[in-house]
Amino acid sequence: MTATAPTTDRALRPPTADRGRRSHKPGEQRFGVAGLASIVVLVVLAALWLVPFLWSLATSLKTEADAAATPATLLPREGWTLQAYRSVLEQGNVPVWAFNSLFTSAVITILVVATSALAAYAFSRIDFRGKKLLYVATIASIIVPPQVLIVPLFYQMLAFDMVDTYWGIILPQTIVPAMVFVLKKFFDQVPIELEDAARVDGAGRIRVFFQILLPLSRPILGAVAIFVFIGAWNNFLWPFIVTNDAALLTLPVGLQTIESAYGIQYAQNMASAMLAAAPLILVFLFFQRQIIKGISTTGFGGQ
Amino acid sequence: MTTSTVSTRATDATRSRVADDVGRGRTGPGRTPGGRRETRAGWAFAAPFAILFALFLVWPVVHGLYLSFTGQSLTGQGGELIGFANYAEALGDATMWRSMLNTLWFTVLTTIPLVVLALALALLVNTGLPGQWLWRLSFFLPYLLASTVVSLFWIQLYSPTLGPINNVLSGLGLPAPAWLQDPQYAMVAVALTTVWWTIGFNFLLYLAALQNIPDQQYEAASIDGAGRWRKLWSITIPQLGPTTGLILILQVLASLKLFDQVYQMTTGGPAGSTRSTVLYIFESGFTGYRFGYASAISYIFFAVIVLISLSQFAVTARNRRKGVPA
Repeated sequence: MTATAPTTDRALRPPTADRGRRSHKPGEQRFGVAGLASIVVLVVLAALWLVPFLWSLATSLKTEADAAATPATLLPREGWTLQAYRSVLEQGNVPVWAFNSLFTSAVITILVVATSALAAYAFSRIDFRGKKLLYVATIASIIVPPQVLIVPLFYQMLAFDMVDTYWGIILPQTIVPAMVFVLKKFFDQVPIELEDAARVDGAGRIRVFFQILLPLSRPILGAVAIFVFIGAWNNFLWPFIVTNDAALLTLPVGLQTIESAYGIQYAQNMASAMLAAAPLILVFLFFQRQIIKGISTTGFGGQ
Repeated sequence: MTTSTVSTRATDATRSRVADDVGRGRTGPGRTPGGRRETRAGWAFAAPFAILFALFLVWPVVHGLYLSFTGQSLTGQGGELIGFANYAEALGDATMWRSMLNTLWFTVLTTIPLVVLALALALLVNTGLPGQWLWRLSFFLPYLLASTVVSLFWIQLYSPTLGPINNVLSGLGLPAPAWLQDPQYAMVAVALTTVWWTIGFNFLLYLAALQNIPDQQYEAASIDGAGRWRKLWSITIPQLGPTTGLILILQVLASLKLFDQVYQMTTGGPAGSTRSTVLYIFESGFTGYRFGYASAISYIFFAVIVLISLSQFAVTARNRRKGVPA
């Protein structure tokens, strides 16, 4: 982490004036041959990147017969239809899974943000006994891949009787040590004088934390929340291991059962995939700037 | 190495703050560093995190290590200690070694494009072309999809009969392999899918880093008569050095954890050609019900991850000391 400190610092500095999203460097010619070539390359790459998405969208809007016809074509022979979406929604699984995903991801996000912010405040501002040990353990644990813990965690869930429960999905995902690190680095850069002033006026630590530090930290808290939410919403391995009950599956896990259960119905499979993808994409379209900023500020601490 | 720097910095910060307090004569009994009130307040704030951390991270790490020395099965039998038997078995297990090699192969296949191509995309988008949101959307969109959605998409795209990829290839008169059904191509196909799926993340990190390079550097270079390429090689790429080092580390670590895509697209097949280490851990534990053995493989895998991260950090740190961009 030594080598990386400068970058992380810059990314996490409390927000100053936004430098603007475009950064056309002065002095560069915009439309030379090189400029034109780069536009062409970019257009081709962007199109390549959108093709898998558009192809799947097209399949979801075909009849089953059309979707299974060879040779496959992008445009349907029998016209567009919403039949696949209607069938999927009538079966009723996807909305249940969407609720499970939303509920568990939201609780995970709230718990991670709350516990990490409180701990980061303690690490940044309070000189308590045992702090060094706890902090070193937290930082060291960033290196532990969650995949390595699946066996003992499952064992633990059996012991706690939490297999096939919401808590079983949620609790093991509430530890994201990197987020404590990200928040502590941010708190370290907030001037202590602000708090000292309030403390002179007799405010306790809890008031200082909630009324001074948290409001100042809204952007970084948002960034952490976005990062954790996307991770939890898309997590596959852990919910897949800890749930069996069809009523408790999250979207990613539920889709996996579709794949095996109705392998032949291409249009319905793609419609389910589209419905599963829609919520995050919609959120992204509305909060593009915040999400991009969130990923860029927490990205290095996360994963 | 990581921890020592960080904690030194933390104590420095605390010390200066304490010194501040002393200077202003506000060091009452409650503000003594490590004092009882400070300790109580510190733990009160840290407790919710510390409890979850102990329960769901520290304990499984310790318990997993213990399990790896037992013959524990899912059914509850074989809980007694059996020494290093699991480790000995794992080191002689051809399937385990094959899964390690598969994982390394996948890491090589994905890391190079996920760093180089992500940088190229960020450089292209950062030249100030119109339609910024569209470029970002195109490259970042796949990152928002769950692995299962991605797998559903690509199983269809790779389908020898229904997929557009082989339609195009045979239309051009090129050989059209069976992709996910062909042991030679399956891992390449999974890697291609992964590049498509996750490049948006590295792309955004590069884009953010590019916008942090001070404009003055380019202005100064322009005055000196430097052209576009000159500026790219002597300013942009060196300035991105630390970012590249970090992205490289994160990418290698992410690629080594391969599971979702192979489980969903090939279940490790054909002929074990895409069985990753995490998939083998999963199979040993949850299909074979051998918790002890699965834990032993987990710890071997963990050791590999730690070794790779430490060596990468060491290389990055050395390069920085020498002033060479990572």
